[in-house]
Amino acid sequence: MIHWSVIIPLFIFLIIIFAIGFWANKQVRQADSFLQEYFLGGREMGGFLLAMTMMATYGSASSFIGGPGVAYNMGLGWVLLAMAQLPAGYFVLMILGKKFAIISRRYEAITLIDYLKKRYDSNVVIILSAISIIVFLFASMTAQWVGGARLIESLTGLRYPVALLIFAVTVLVYVTIGGFRAVALTDAMQGTVMIIGTVILLIGTIIAGGGIENIMTSLAEENPQMLTPFGSDGSLTPLYVSTFWILIGLGVVGLPQIAVRAMSYKNSQSLHRAILIGTIGIGTIMFGMHLIGVLARPVLPGIEVGDKVMPLLTLEVLPPILAGIVLAAPMAAIMSTVNALLILVSSTFVKDIYLHFINPNASEKQIKSRSFWVTTIIGLAVVFFALKPPEFLIWLNLFAFGGLESAFLWSVVLGLYWKKANKYGSVASMITGLTLYILIDRLSPHIFGMHTVTLPILVSFVVFVVVSLATQRRAS
Amino acid sequence: MQDPRFKVANREAIIGIVLVVVNFAIWYGFAYGLGSKDPSEYTYIASFPAWFFYSCIAGTIFMIVLIWITIKLFFKNIPFDDGREEQ
Repeated sequence: MIHWSVIIPLFIFLIIIFAIGFWANKQVRQADSFLQEYFLGGREMGGFLLAMTMMATYGSASSFIGGPGVAYNMGLGWVLLAMAQLPAGYFVLMILGKKFAIISRRYEAITLIDYLKKRYDSNVVIILSAISIIVFLFASMTAQWVGGARLIESLTGLRYPVALLIFAVTVLVYVTIGGFRAVALTDAMQGTVMIIGTVILLIGTIIAGGGIENIMTSLAEENPQMLTPFGSDGSLTPLYVSTFWILIGLGVVGLPQIAVRAMSYKNSQSLHRAILIGTIGIGTIMFGMHLIGVLARPVLPGIEVGDKVMPLLTLEVLPPILAGIVLAAPMAAIMSTVNALLILVSSTFVKDIYLHFINPNASEKQIKSRSFWVTTIIGLAVVFFALKPPEFLIWLNLFAFGGLESAFLWSVVLGLYWKKANKYGSVASMITGLTLYILIDRLSPHIFGMHTVTLPILVSFVVFVVVSLATQRRAS
Repeated sequence: MQDPRFKVANREAIIGIVLVVVNFAIWYGFAYGLGSKDPSEYTYIASFPAWFFYSCIAGTIFMIVLIWITIKLFFKNIPFDDGREEQ
């Protein structure tokens, strides 16, 4: 079945996105420094844009589809857990903050790896970082891509390959021609759609459920545990939930796709405004979407596949055109995450590998054509894998988030704030973080009742400090 | 000599850490302080269980206001480019 009322808003949404891509392409062609413009938008972002691109990059398929599905089954405890994401709005920007902005300008850094390269002056650091970024982000891009296509498939009734093609062509065209500026501008629009969609759906669900009191009473009758912080099956222990603060709140500082945004804004005022707007935006979306998942239970009982809760609920409680707008929100969330990853992986190939190792003297023209081609080829490769995702990629995607945090967090943060941080410490902590993360994930993901990411982050910190101190003389 | 702008940046990073600690304390304290009894003994505020209202709703609004005040009071405008003054 094809739902026209849903397709029309989605279609308008895609048209606007194309228009932004072409407009940004004009800026790219006029820019003095192609690299800085294409991969960083010329460091001109204002507060609103910065807040939106942070929020939209961070909020992905899991905030709109997966998360509400789990909340549907777990109850209010899962909303509590989701609120650990609030620091992602202010903590990241305050920690990286002005220091990162100053240093990255001084180093003329365009990518996160650029910054690490100048800070640690080590090829091993570059290679390790480039590999982690390419491998993990390629995998998560594929996963998001599959999610986006599946969503289009379920909303419009189109077949999966067709849905994938629509999704891929849209993203590829505007990212390839428009670069970072197009990514940030479309993020602003997509972020706005995400917030508005959340608010509309929350109100619609509360009305459909006959008010919050009514809904809470039904939940208590079904299973009183749904109203506790411990989850419907009592599995959410305080320690376990608390360690999520590291994964989805504090550790976000170490995510390359987030960190690169913290060097692309214009001035102090942009940062200040972005902190406030970003926190309000993330708070609204995370609270709203997860609460919606819980409230959906009495409204639409008996959904077995968690991922279907949000789309089915929208079609159930909202009139068709509003449903179309709300369903553009997860689309926007997926697209805005994918576009950020695509431009980041492309910059890693062009700036960190091609320009650093292969051809340091490339002309402006060569860089330009390489950048367009690399972005296109990566995009096509992702489409190819997304048609029939190999097991290995799915497996990698599962720990892309925590894996990247374990690899980068301390090299970025200690590199900024600790003078004695050196390349030996950085390499040691990257290797420790990554290996430990994969090992724990394989052997015992809930080790000591904590989330997988906790130990790798703690241990790689200790390793970083100890190794840096022990090698002070060698480094100088 | 240390760049005076770094002093500003360092102080703001420390403020970030303090805010997270406050955020975590409110979130954890209300959730498990009020939410650990049997659900039949829960009190309700605005139709939500009290722990949820304070931890997730009031706590979040409080944090946003606190962040706003902190930025207004303590965050400074500094130039990012070396050797160029910001108007």
